[in-house]
Amino acid sequence: MASTIPPDPKSVAGKALQVEERTQLLVIGAGPAGLAAAIEAAGQGLSVVLVDENPVSFKTMGDEVPLHYGQGMSGLARNRNAMLEAFIASEPLIEIAFEAGVDVRLGTACWGVYANGPSVTWLPGLVAGLNDEERSWMLQADHVVVAAGRRDMGLGFPGWEKPGVMGATAAVALASRYGAFAPRRVVVLGSSAEAVSAALALREAGIEIVAIIEQAAEPLGEAGLIATLRGGGTEILTGHVVREALGRDGVEAALVSAIDAAGRVTGAEREIACDGIVLAVGATPVVDLIDALGCKVAFQAERGGYAPLVDADQRTSLRPVFAVGDCAGIWPSKSLDRAVAETEGRRAVAAIIHDLGLDDGRTVPEAVVPDAATHDIDAYRLAWVRASVIEARAEFHVCQCEEVTAREILEVRPPRYLDWQNERRNDRSLAALLGEEPPNPDQIKRLTRAGMGPCQGRRCREQVAGLLALGAAMPLSSIPLAGYRAPVRPLPLSVAGQIPEAPEQAEHWDTWFGMHAQWRPFWDVPEFYTVASNDATGPVASE
Amino acid sequence: MSEIKGASVVIFGGGVTGLSAAWWLAREGVDVLVIEKGMIGWEASGRNGGGCSHHHSPLFLEEQRLWPDMDELLGYPTEFSPSRVRLASSEHQMALYGRALSNAKRQGFDSEILDVKQIREFVPLAGENMVGGYFYKFGGHANPHRTLQAYAWAMQDHGGRVMQHCAVTGFQTAGGKVTGVETERGLVACDHLVIAAGPQTGRLSAMLGQEVPVASARCEMIVTEPLPLMPYGGVDGNGLYGRQTLRGNLAYGGGPHEWLDIAGNAAPAKPTTPLMGHIGRRLAELLPKAAHARIIRSWAGVIENTPDGRPVIDRLGSLENVVVATLSSVGFGLSPASGHAIRDLVIDGTCSFADISSFKLSRFDRLEPNWRDLQGWQALAAQEAIAA
Repeated sequence: MASTIPPDPKSVAGKALQVEERTQLLVIGAGPAGLAAAIEAAGQGLSVVLVDENPVSFKTMGDEVPLHYGQGMSGLARNRNAMLEAFIASEPLIEIAFEAGVDVRLGTACWGVYANGPSVTWLPGLVAGLNDEERSWMLQADHVVVAAGRRDMGLGFPGWEKPGVMGATAAVALASRYGAFAPRRVVVLGSSAEAVSAALALREAGIEIVAIIEQAAEPLGEAGLIATLRGGGTEILTGHVVREALGRDGVEAALVSAIDAAGRVTGAEREIACDGIVLAVGATPVVDLIDALGCKVAFQAERGGYAPLVDADQRTSLRPVFAVGDCAGIWPSKSLDRAVAETEGRRAVAAIIHDLGLDDGRTVPEAVVPDAATHDIDAYRLAWVRASVIEARAEFHVCQCEEVTAREILEVRPPRYLDWQNERRNDRSLAALLGEEPPNPDQIKRLTRAGMGPCQGRRCREQVAGLLALGAAMPLSSIPLAGYRAPVRPLPLSVAGQIPEAPEQAEHWDTWFGMHAQWRPFWDVPEFYTVASNDATGPVASE
Repeated sequence: MSEIKGASVVIFGGGVTGLSAAWWLAREGVDVLVIEKGMIGWEASGRNGGGCSHHHSPLFLEEQRLWPDMDELLGYPTEFSPSRVRLASSEHQMALYGRALSNAKRQGFDSEILDVKQIREFVPLAGENMVGGYFYKFGGHANPHRTLQAYAWAMQDHGGRVMQHCAVTGFQTAGGKVTGVETERGLVACDHLVIAAGPQTGRLSAMLGQEVPVASARCEMIVTEPLPLMPYGGVDGNGLYGRQTLRGNLAYGGGPHEWLDIAGNAAPAKPTTPLMGHIGRRLAELLPKAAHARIIRSWAGVIENTPDGRPVIDRLGSLENVVVATLSSVGFGLSPASGHAIRDLVIDGTCSFADISSFKLSRFDRLEPNWRDLQGWQALAAQEAIAA
């Protein structure tokens, strides 16, 4: 019956999305897990596109995308060809993937994955938005394996905006992978397995690790590895924090000090000369694409914080979408042995092959299970935020893009450009906002702008969550994940605008709903409205 | 059922309409309680284009009177910024956009027609590709979520209350009136009830015997990184609505919507789609000198429309102490005035400052029961199901 009445021409009905290419499997991320998945799938006869945004340009690194590079790049990072060669040379599986027939696209980012589901039904299927420096296009895939890797929780202190303060993942990539790391002498914050392995990798790359700074009373990482670092001349300073990054144009020294159990400074401050401060207090799964797509994501301490809910096949809550490698969870044995991530990749492909009814009886690797949590990451990360951010010796910008301080976040202050700083009525608290519920970072974001800038919250979202947890006296795990939105990488209008659109969409495009009756001035409105009497012909432009 | 402290006026819906009404009531000392099933401002009220220029509405004069004073009246910043520019990329668009000029003129507001040279003065990010434009010496734009929070805080400053994360499950009536509201947390007694629950307005009014016909749809917006401030942030056109925020971001929307079926109390999912690119292309055409600017987020909102897209602000015929209000997908900018109108209906029974007879529910008395089908407003999945 309804089929005889044409659908609203201004709606999405009948507006086909223009898809440029199709593949059976899209793998996002060419690390160990993504490569293992791609190679396995190609070997089983699937058409496979493997994209990886790396090596990103020097300018993109300068924008802290996709990692917190902290301007730690040496001049070599400007040479795109050299970076590309180093990227390929440092990962033997890339060559194998090429040989296996995988369509490998380096320097190609995925900024969004979309699927039909609640509230969206017009897409042709599972589609991904891809881009390189010049253009953007849509790829449709039957299955998607997300292997987006890890990044680091940001942790602020006065001076942390200075060049030379960076995340451990970025530092290791620059030093070990590209040989494009500028600092020579660094201090590392954090002592977990991930922190220690980052420190060892940097040392391997010829960087001097002057000190490990750990707010906890004891180092968290394996004693043997800590001893190795100590034996190499690294000072292990437990019960300490960085009070300030000193230096004129970049980091020249870390001012450190001992703290008590409440995170308060107890001893004298002391300068440690260094030209880099590496943040390794919390390795974090990159869940941006997965969350923006609508896969279920939950705080899972044994997986390093917010991570997708995956089953034994690495399948997310969306049936054709899988998460493998660090983006599916980070734990010590996985960080120390890439075979774990590779197994996850192959395991996901086995499930896809099974879905397709192509099983040939070959052995499927056993499911990967996370280690038991080695430390209480909830309490550990909050302790860092308390000692470094709350107990800081001076105010600084927790959100560097939008220049928002911890106090402004906790007091829910309007941004300073509105010039309402001294208005007493704006003295508000988290409790006044929410009553009994945990603070919601998305709400705080809209009011204070913390996390709203071009780095898309990559440097501040975990510490903002920590601040809200401390402010509300609630566990970190109770703070909802600040939502991710496509594009999960900043995408120029001129590039995003290249996605073609259906002619029907262009023809009927309107500012709003394109309803004649909606904009009829009130002095001209008939007494009764019926569909039959509605004059809806002719051109219309919503206001 | 346990009883929580009642209120003289209970308002369903912590959106911009319900909170404005609550503020208007609370500032006069009326005991008011807003009940919100989720978080205040978490649906369309907090995520729209922020426009404040509705020359077609009987609330226009009150909207224009109030906005310049809202920061002062509320005591919190709204980021209101006056005046608007609308640019046309074709003579066809230029003609269609001209309606605002004549509507506003009739009500005493001036506009100017901009030539290509003036466009560049008024809109530094514009290029040479627009054929003309309008400068409206009225209206403007504000920050939706900040304004919404301002209503809530201001209302609380006057003694009003908000109860979040609390869904309504039923009603108690006696003598042709609603006497209490059943919620997940218990019974709330009331003298008056206002339903301003967005997409839920239809379902809740139906429970009270007189359904406000609405259908809901999902729409999308994008935002770029900040750019240098233009003299007027309220620049739209080329098929887009939006603004440059006072921070400098370009926040714009437009294009096709997706009709939805909203089931029960649940907050609708609000995913985005690759429509982002199509909005982005039009924004780069509207403001070519911003083509390099990077999109850093996109989002979607779900809003309701009545069959004619016009508001309902009226007392229910079935129960005399119930006011229903939907602004039919154009509610943010009108909120200072719509709250005032709701306050008037609740307290005085009639609107004191405007003729809002065109917002009466009775205009749908002869509406076809299958109006959604007839207008092609069915959710796509439902259509497929019918076809199958």
